[in-house]
Amino acid sequence: MKITSVLALAIIAFLALAALAPSVLAPGDPLAIAPLDSFQPPSLAHIFGTDESGRDIYTRVIHGTGASLLIGIAATAIGLGLAIVFGLLAGFGPRWVDFGTTRLLEVLFAFPGLLFALLFIVIYGPGVVTSTIAVGLSTAPGYARIIRSRVIQVRTSPYLEAAVVLGRGSTTRIVRHVLPNVAGSLFVLATLGVGQSIVWASSLSYLGLGAVPPAAEWGAMLSAGRTYIASFWWMTFFPGLFIVLSAAATTLLGRAIQQKGRES
Amino acid sequence: MAGSLSVDLVAAPPRAGARGRLIRWVLLRLGGVLFVLWAVATVTFFALRLIPGDPAEAILGGPGSQASAEALAQARADYGLDQPLFTQYLVYLGHLAVGDLGDSYALRESVASVILTNLWPTLLLAVLSLAVALAIALGLAVWSTRGGRIAAGVGSLLEVVAAAVPHFWLAISLILLFSTFLGWLPPVSVPGPLGLVLPVVTLAIPLAGFLGQVMREALLDAMDSPFVLSARARGEGDGGVFWRHALRHAAIPAIGLVGWAFGSLISGAVVVETIFARQGLGRSLLGAVQSRDVPLVIGVLLVVALAYMVVTTLTDLADRAIDPRLKRA
Repeated sequence: MKITSVLALAIIAFLALAALAPSVLAPGDPLAIAPLDSFQPPSLAHIFGTDESGRDIYTRVIHGTGASLLIGIAATAIGLGLAIVFGLLAGFGPRWVDFGTTRLLEVLFAFPGLLFALLFIVIYGPGVVTSTIAVGLSTAPGYARIIRSRVIQVRTSPYLEAAVVLGRGSTTRIVRHVLPNVAGSLFVLATLGVGQSIVWASSLSYLGLGAVPPAAEWGAMLSAGRTYIASFWWMTFFPGLFIVLSAAATTLLGRAIQQKGRES
Repeated sequence: MAGSLSVDLVAAPPRAGARGRLIRWVLLRLGGVLFVLWAVATVTFFALRLIPGDPAEAILGGPGSQASAEALAQARADYGLDQPLFTQYLVYLGHLAVGDLGDSYALRESVASVILTNLWPTLLLAVLSLAVALAIALGLAVWSTRGGRIAAGVGSLLEVVAAAVPHFWLAISLILLFSTFLGWLPPVSVPGPLGLVLPVVTLAIPLAGFLGQVMREALLDAMDSPFVLSARARGEGDGGVFWRHALRHAAIPAIGLVGWAFGSLISGAVVVETIFARQGLGRSLLGAVQSRDVPLVIGVLLVVALAYMVVTTLTDLADRAIDPRLKRA
């Protein structure tokens, strides 16, 4: 195994531990305020410093891992779920469905990046739930295009022709043949997608459109720290560092799996 | 259709055939652009009518403004909100067709003039960032494919990390390093080239990570391909093969991604312009989202969609010029 894969797995294991048992890594209370200790720079007592209410940022970052990863995973699940439906419809349905879906995707691609998420937030208002759905929706077209091409690749393969000859119905063909063959790509997409979703969701939170303070969640910590960037950099730097770590680790892992799939 | 085309090919000289296909391709693309613009306008128009609350109230400054019934009725009449929804839609499409994007609720100014004053700063930012990102990506890709094992490992790790960095965090880190500690560059975007450095670098680095990954894969792919083998068989040296053949091949996927990259830069501009307090389309869009300024949101999204479609069409044209295989399609 490559060093980068080992490193990525180590980071993911650490994040999983922080998400499932935060008290093991940070025994303190993430919401405990200590006004006398506010805005302490990083030191031995507070390795990531403290925020405006004297809360320990290391404790908050660790306790925020679960919520932050959950947002990323939920957004990816929404995006991939929609993309599977669209991809299957386009790749497996009649020609006019493929035509319609492809046009719809073209329209959605004209809202690049976070712009569709912003439109969604204008309609449904800011918040954790809306920003998670918004990120899921904006990632869906990209996934859908990849899944569509995979489905078409599988559909035109000899073993699927064989299934047609054997008289298998289209449901059986999708469930027994297409989905298992697309599953590998889905797994890679999901791994790569979680990092991307965390980054996008945290960007929305940073802009004040996602999770709100004082929740111990990375995005919320960022939006709280935004006001103090000029003087108290550690309030945004450390939650951001964890976002970079999780996004980089999931991407490295996704790439490694992709490579393995290609070699075998 | 395909049959008559191939007959044309036989009958007409090859140049005219190629030109005919190009014209047909351009017309199809133009139709596609118009369709997408119409769809974007329609989707945003109806989607934004789903907003809970009275648009007339939003025009008069939101629910807190306690506007009188007469003022609300006046605003409804002024903005045509008392008409049936479908009539409003037709009127709106009619205005769009002549380039009238309506008036911003919050800024008391026409959307077109808001967009015009904010378009150039954002385009300048996007184009500069794209150029810097392509340069970094190319450098990384070349270095990591030619620099041996360690360079390959470090290069690909750098690309992944760069692609994973959120813009806001990169901006904060760069401000900390270059403004707070070193004092070399201003922390906010001041007029002049110096104020552009940090915003451009912030936008360029994550994009360079993505583009670098794609270019490196294409380079490695090209080095394994038959045309490189045949160039070697003709006796061309290692460097000649790399710079003359492989690099050109690797440019194709990168150019294909320029449209996507441009879109992601505009999306990134929302964050970057906000952090560096820089005037631009992204910051206006965020302001419009926060104040639920419907006409301005629609206007900005339409302009971005148009710009995105123009860039993708141009890059597809460039692709056809570089990759002779596509001319037959």
